[in-house]
Amino acid sequence: MDELIIAGRSFKSRLMVGTGKFPSNAAMLLAIENSGCEIVTVALRRVDINNPGDSMLQHIDRDRYLLLPNTSGARDAEEAVRLARLARAAGCEPWIKLEVTPDPYYLLPDPIETLKAAIILIKEGFNVLPYMPADPVLARHLEEAGAVTLMPLGAPIGTNRGLRTRDLIAIIIEQANIPVVVDAGLGAPSHAAEAMEMGADAVLVNTALSDTANPAAMGEAFKKGVEAGRLAYLAGLGPQRNKAQASSPLTGFLRGEK
Amino acid sequence: MDIIVNGETWEIEPAITVQELLISLGFESDRVVVELNRQILTSSSFAVIHLDDGDAVEVIQFVGGG
Repeated sequence: MDELIIAGRSFKSRLMVGTGKFPSNAAMLLAIENSGCEIVTVALRRVDINNPGDSMLQHIDRDRYLLLPNTSGARDAEEAVRLARLARAAGCEPWIKLEVTPDPYYLLPDPIETLKAAIILIKEGFNVLPYMPADPVLARHLEEAGAVTLMPLGAPIGTNRGLRTRDLIAIIIEQANIPVVVDAGLGAPSHAAEAMEMGADAVLVNTALSDTANPAAMGEAFKKGVEAGRLAYLAGLGPQRNKAQASSPLTGFLRGEK
Repeated sequence: MDIIVNGETWEIEPAITVQELLISLGFESDRVVVELNRQILTSSSFAVIHLDDGDAVEVIQFVGGG
């Protein structure tokens, strides 16, 4: 069985889904169900003390989905480490999607602070899944530090622009010995399929589902895109050529001359 | 007495426990994480830790995110 193995734990689905920005909890739950995912990400924020409201956590079936808290909002390693420890104190398994994004406009991950935080958290026993720039050299450092996956971005978070960093992601995939999860910027199932065809081990999407008219249907579409891409990768894509290669023989045409 | 909750000054009865604070704010103790003066508390300690004047409390929950 072609299972995804992260930190010794196996998963059937190669699609991870974020839970942010859905129009409702119901839409979010339907989208993640249709996606077939087994890992969902969540964030940590201050409660609104003037408005208690509903905890989204109670809606997510923890027997069905592995909750992967992220450190979104962290601007440096210290803030990320604090958030990771808070997530662990909340009773989550010690898996953390490490996100350190000091610039709010492009939300690009800070490579130096990410590596710094990764080293600290790995020492504290976390399974660290670092969101990172598509930098193959940084990937090496994170792998050596003990990260359990690499999560290079395709394009800035929420932009739906696809695999803008594809050439670098290809190098990361080639050189990595741990699973590569393309995370951020994917907007269409075809983007996810392409990442899988390139040999990515999984992809993570959020905006691609939540910011659409029909998140439930898009969840299913992405499920199929990821499956198609993975099947194609395992089957082996044919080579690209310059010269046309006819599908039928160039002889025996129904023409005047013999 | 006054404490700070999530950056806001908040008036409370003297020496109430963290648990009592959460109840008064309307939060379930199993759905939030609490930091007291930058120390993360275990949920089992909520009922036994009493708040002091000027304490800084952070009440944090999970929200949607990518």
